[in-house]
Formats: sequence, structure tokens, C-alpha cells
Amino acid sequence: MLEIKNLKACIEEKQILKGINLTVNAGEVHAIMGPNGSGKSTLASVLAGREGYEITDGEVLLQKNDILEMAPEERAREGVFLAFQYPVEIPGVNSTYFLKSAVNQIRKHRGEEELDAMKFLKLVKSKMKELGLAEEFLKRPVNAGFSGGEKKRNEILQMTMLEPSLAVLDETDSGLDIDALRIVADGVNRLKNQNNAQIVITHYQRLLDYIVPDFVHVLYNGRIIKSGDKTLAHDLEEKGYDWLIKDS
Amino acid sequence: MSASTDTIDNFVASDYKYGFTTDIESESLEPGLNEDVIRFISAKKHEPEWLLEWRLKAFRHFEKMENPSWPHVKYPPVNFQEISYYSAPKKKGDGPKSLDEVDPKLLETYEKLGVPLHERARLAGVAVDAVFDSESIGTTFKEDLAKAGVIFCPISEAVREHPELVRKYIGTVVPYTDNYYSALNSAVFSDGSFVYIPKGTRCPMELSTYFRINAANTGQFERTLIVAEESSHVSYLEGCTAPMRDENQLHAAVVELVALDNAEIKYSTVQNWYPGDEEGRGGIYNFVTKRGMCKTNAKISWTQVETGSAITWKYPSVILKGDNSVGEFYSIALTNKAQQADTGTKMIHIGKNTRSTIISKGISAGRGQNSYRGLVQVGKKAVNARNFSQCDSLLIGNKCGAHTFPYIEAKNPTASIEHEATTSKIGEDQIFYCNQRGLETQDAVNMIVNGFCKEVFRELPMEFAVEAQKLLDVSLEGSVG
Ligand SMILES: Nc1ncnc2c1ncn2[C@@H]1O[C@H](COP(=O)(O)OP(=O)(O)O)[C@@H](O)[C@H]1O
Ligand SMILES: [Mg+2]
Repeated sequence: MLEIKNLKACIEEKQILKGINLTVNAGEVHAIMGPNGSGKSTLASVLAGREGYEITDGEVLLQKNDILEMAPEERAREGVFLAFQYPVEIPGVNSTYFLKSAVNQIRKHRGEEELDAMKFLKLVKSKMKELGLAEEFLKRPVNAGFSGGEKKRNEILQMTMLEPSLAVLDETDSGLDIDALRIVADGVNRLKNQNNAQIVITHYQRLLDYIVPDFVHVLYNGRIIKSGDKTLAHDLEEKGYDWLIKDS
Repeated sequence: MSASTDTIDNFVASDYKYGFTTDIESESLEPGLNEDVIRFISAKKHEPEWLLEWRLKAFRHFEKMENPSWPHVKYPPVNFQEISYYSAPKKKGDGPKSLDEVDPKLLETYEKLGVPLHERARLAGVAVDAVFDSESIGTTFKEDLAKAGVIFCPISEAVREHPELVRKYIGTVVPYTDNYYSALNSAVFSDGSFVYIPKGTRCPMELSTYFRINAANTGQFERTLIVAEESSHVSYLEGCTAPMRDENQLHAAVVELVALDNAEIKYSTVQNWYPGDEEGRGGIYNFVTKRGMCKTNAKISWTQVETGSAITWKYPSVILKGDNSVGEFYSIALTNKAQQADTGTKMIHIGKNTRSTIISKGISAGRGQNSYRGLVQVGKKAVNARNFSQCDSLLIGNKCGAHTFPYIEAKNPTASIEHEATTSKIGEDQIFYCNQRGLETQDAVNMIVNGFCKEVFRELPMEFAVEAQKLLDVSLEGSVG
């Protein structure tokens, strides 16, 4: 699914990613943990193609295709989805219209028929019901005036609708109460199948009780300094990061 | 955030779709402005003596005035002697008596502009007056309208056929002394539309005038007069385009609306004059005076979508003279490339319980400069006058500007005036968010701009709302980095 090889990236001449290697196979869930400022969000942004980063070395292959040359919207259509750590407000743009446009762009790219308003509404309402989201969401402008929790849930709704092959969730669980956390986990677990993969960036073991990762990685100072299975997350919960950092 | 701003800076406006010229033999006056030119225009249109006298008085007044310097726009002084004040397609014999006799090249031009005039292709439910340079070349659905008693014709024809109506109302809302360009227009106006809706009549279709500038070095001085008698109703729309040229061209129009007791006039504009290029070469100077006068219980509503012109200088206004009268102004003004717009409205509350609403949406992209200038004036006798104004600006990129100049003068203590203003910017992070969901940058910008403008789109007649939205998209189109 995804192969990251020796990825190095700078922002404003400052090296943030210092050689990341990571292989994610279809059907797997990977958790990335690590102290603040390690480069987790930077990695997510580079995968999604945000402007302003200079890739100084390495490659990123998605289903064997090099995606670093692709525009962000092409990557999205190829199946990369980023649930933002800080979802952006877009006042004036209706959520339904936004989501329908996005769904249809991606369907078009996959050679599927575009959905008309009726079919789209039916689909989105059924997905919202599954996730336990209020329909009132759809009437509001994208994220405008949403609480932190609502924004995160909206990310999950979008992810559910777009059915990405690679979903990257950047601290989607931060600041959520337990109910919202369940919605997020539920969204990921429903999406998960043998043909897709998820990367979950988080600070907390508690999310990993709901989304059980196949692998846990610790990102520190631009490098993955430790990888393991889900027990690593428990160790981190108990001991913090210091023991790893001293070692590295 | 510190990510680079390349994406948005790379917005360069697309090619102007209506920039073609029609190769047609025309009869044009040599450039120059003097009394003989005015006499020529008046004679050409077989005008009565009173109108010539009025034009000459306006001209003498104009000569004593000076170009206004208060608008927030910059341009080299206009040399009025270098402009031709009359140009019209050459007529064979007496000229066409009906649309069937109009030169096919002209019909083709309007077809290309999306305003077919032939019977078979006409827009259903919309009567069109087509003004080409200084002359109207024809009006559709005239007979159908006549059955309802509605007069819709070129103003030059109205001067000949309905002189008493024209004489009674022309210059009553915008006197030639009003401002520099209204004086010039009154002296040299060539053509425009005249509308008369009889008492108690609801105009059976949308009326629309399409202004096209074709000839080079020619000014267009349109004059439009709409009179809605008591308890009548009319919805009118104007559209405008011009060829791409490196020289600037002047369009100085005067539009007067008269809404008598209980009458309602809805006036919509989709203005897409050639805006000039990135460097600010060429484009139309659009210096326009539009004003309406409301009698008791009357309502005038201006809706404008302004995407064209190098420079726009325009304040559609309402004089709320009658008690309980209502004035509305809904505006979208977009400036891209090197365009400059200084636009807004004046709401003059004179009668009791008069109400006005102002919704202005300014969009600046490229190096565009967009100013809202509005006056809300409440007179001594205007008990319980109410105004609500909302002026929002949207910036796209870092090189453009938005400015707001609201003026409030209230002489009656019962007045209630509310003013809200916001400025926002399309951010790189918003664009990236949309990109990440599979949307092109262009579509993302259009979506945000359309969302920003929707309160105004809602006010346009259905048929034109879609057009206006497309026009906005096209005006923002460009190579996206
Ligand atoms: N736009 C930026 N400009 C300069 N430095 C940045 C920018 N974004 C992130 N950084 C720096 O990059 C490092 C990694 O940040 P980030 O990827 O957000 O870490 P994490 O998500 O692991 O907390 C931090 O030192 C941060 O200060
Ligand atoms: Mg982060």
C-alpha cells in the first residue's frame, strides 16, 4: 500500500524529517506516537502534499506509484485522506455541497458514476446514522463555528464518505470526550478492510483500546526511533518517552 | 501559517471571452467634443428643439465642472477631445424597420454574446433591447409588450414617439448638474432604453438591455429611463461587454428610475466590460450615475454583479421620498488583474417609515483594488427611518486591496441605522483543505467566492443567477500553480 523510503523534508531551511522509513501493507493499522514537535504532523502534511515543504531526499510510493510529484488533489483522488489535526473553517460554503463535490471528484477519478443530489443525500444520511451524527451538520457551512469535537467528527464523516485507501488521522482523538472518541474509532473500524490501510497519529493509548493497531511507531526528532506491536503503546503510557530518547 | 502563497499568487485572469470585434461598416464622428458634435447627434436622432437646448445647457455646465478626484481610483486624465461621440452601424436607406432587416453580422454578434435576437432563438420570457455602440439595433417582443400597454424601446425612439413622457421625467432624478459625468452624458447621450409601465400593470416579462461597445476610440453614453406608474411592477436587467483593446474606452451612463405610489422596480446589472490586461492596459472606464426615486409605498431594488471594466465608479442610489418607501442595494463587485472599483450606494431617507437595505460583497484578486463607498442619509422628517448595511470584503492573494468608506448622516433622532463590515481572506490552508478532499484549486476558489456571494445571487432573476455565477467563475479563472 504505502512505502516511505528515507524521507527527508525541510521547512524554511529547517530539517524536520530526517530519514523516515515506513512500510504499511493493505489491511494494516499503524499508530504513530511521539512527543510534541517530533514531526508527526509534518509527515502527514508531506504525505498529503501541502505546499511549503522541501523534500530533500527519499521517496513515497502509494500502490507502487510515486506520489511526491502529484498535486494534493491528485493524491486525494488516488486515495490519500488526511484527517486534519486542526480542520479548517470555510465560511459560506455549505457542508452538503462541499462533500458532494468532493465525493463526485473522487468517483469521477475512479471511473464511477457521479451521484446526483438525491442519491448523495441518501448515502450521506445513512452514513451519518451509522456514525451517530446529527443531520443538522449538513446544513452548516464547512466547519464554521463548529466546536473542536464537531470538527473532528466532521473529518470522520468525510473520511467515511470518501472511502480512502490510505487514511492518515492526525491526533483526531485529542480533546475528545469518550463518546466522540467512540465515533472516531467506529469510523475507522467500519472503513477498515483488506484493501485499505490507516495511519493513526495519537498521544494516547486510550484511542488504541478502540482502534487496535498492528504496529506502533515512535517518531522522535524526525526519525522513527522504535517500532513494535500494540504492547509498545502500553509501555509508553506507563514510562513516557524518556527511556527511548536516552537510548536513541 | 508560513507555507508559501504561490498557489494563490498564480491566479492570473483568463482570456476575456467577449473580446472579439464585429467587422462592420459604421458611421462615426471624428473625435472631438464641442457644440457642433452635440447638434450633430441631436439632428441624427431627429430630436425636438427642447432636447437639443437641454443638451447644450448640460454641455455648458459640463465645461465649468472638474473631473471628480474623490473616488479611490487612479488613472491618467481622460482627454475628451480624443473620443468619438457617435458611432453606429451604417444603415442602408432608412435603416431596418424590424429585426428581420438588421445586418446578419449584428445578429451574429449578439448570438455569440449569448443574446440571440431571432424569433426562434429568443430567450423565453425576456424582452431584449440591443444597443450597439451609439444606437439600438432592435427590440424583441415589442408587440407582446404593447398589448399590456408597456412601452419598451430605444430612448431615441421614445423621444420621437412619446415626447411628453420623456420630457416630463428626463433629468428629474439625475439632473445634468448632478456631477461631471452626468453633465457629459446629458450633453452627448446616444442611446439606451426607455421603459414605461402603465398604472396597475405588472410587466408580463423580464425586460433587458444588452450594451455592446464595438468601435474603437468611441465612448458609449447610454441613457436609460424607467417610469413605473402607480401600482405597477417591472423587473429589468442590463448586460454589457466590449472588445479587448489596448486603449481605454469611456462608458458614462445615466440611469433614472421613477417609481410612483405603490410601484416596484427591480433593476439588475451584470456588468462584464473588458477589464484590461494584467498590466492595466486597456479596458473600459465605467463612470455611471444610477438613481431611483420612490414615491409613497414604492420600492426600488438595485442588484449588481460587476466583474468587468478597468475602472468602475458607480453608486446606484435610491431617494426614498414617499412615506413607507423601500430601497435596496445588493452588490457583488469583483476586481482582478489591475482593475479598480469604487462602488456603493446612497440611500436618501426623506419620507416617514422609509427602509433601506445594503448588502455589498467586494472581492479582490490579483492587484485589484475594491472600495465600497456608501451614504445613508436620514432627513429631518424621516421619522422611523431604518437602514441595515452589511459590507463584506474577500481578498484572494496578497497584492490586492479592499477599502470601506461608509458615511452616515442622520438628522432625525428616531432613525435606526445598523452597519456591519467584515474582511476575510481565502487562505492557503482553506485551499489545501479543499485540495485534500480532491477539489481543484480553481473549484475551491469558486466555491468559496460563490458562498461569499450567495445572499446577492438570491436577488437576481432566476434566469440570470446561473449566468452571473458562471461569469464570476470565469473572471477568476486562470493558470493555477
Ligand atoms: N510552518 C512551519 N514553519 C517552521 N517550522 C515548523 C512549521 N511547522 C512545523 N514546524 C516545526 O517542525 C517541527 C515538527 O512539527 P510538527 O510536525 O507539527 O510536530 P508534531 O506534529 O509531532 O507535534 C516542530 O519543531 C515545529 O516547530
Ligand atoms: Mg501535530
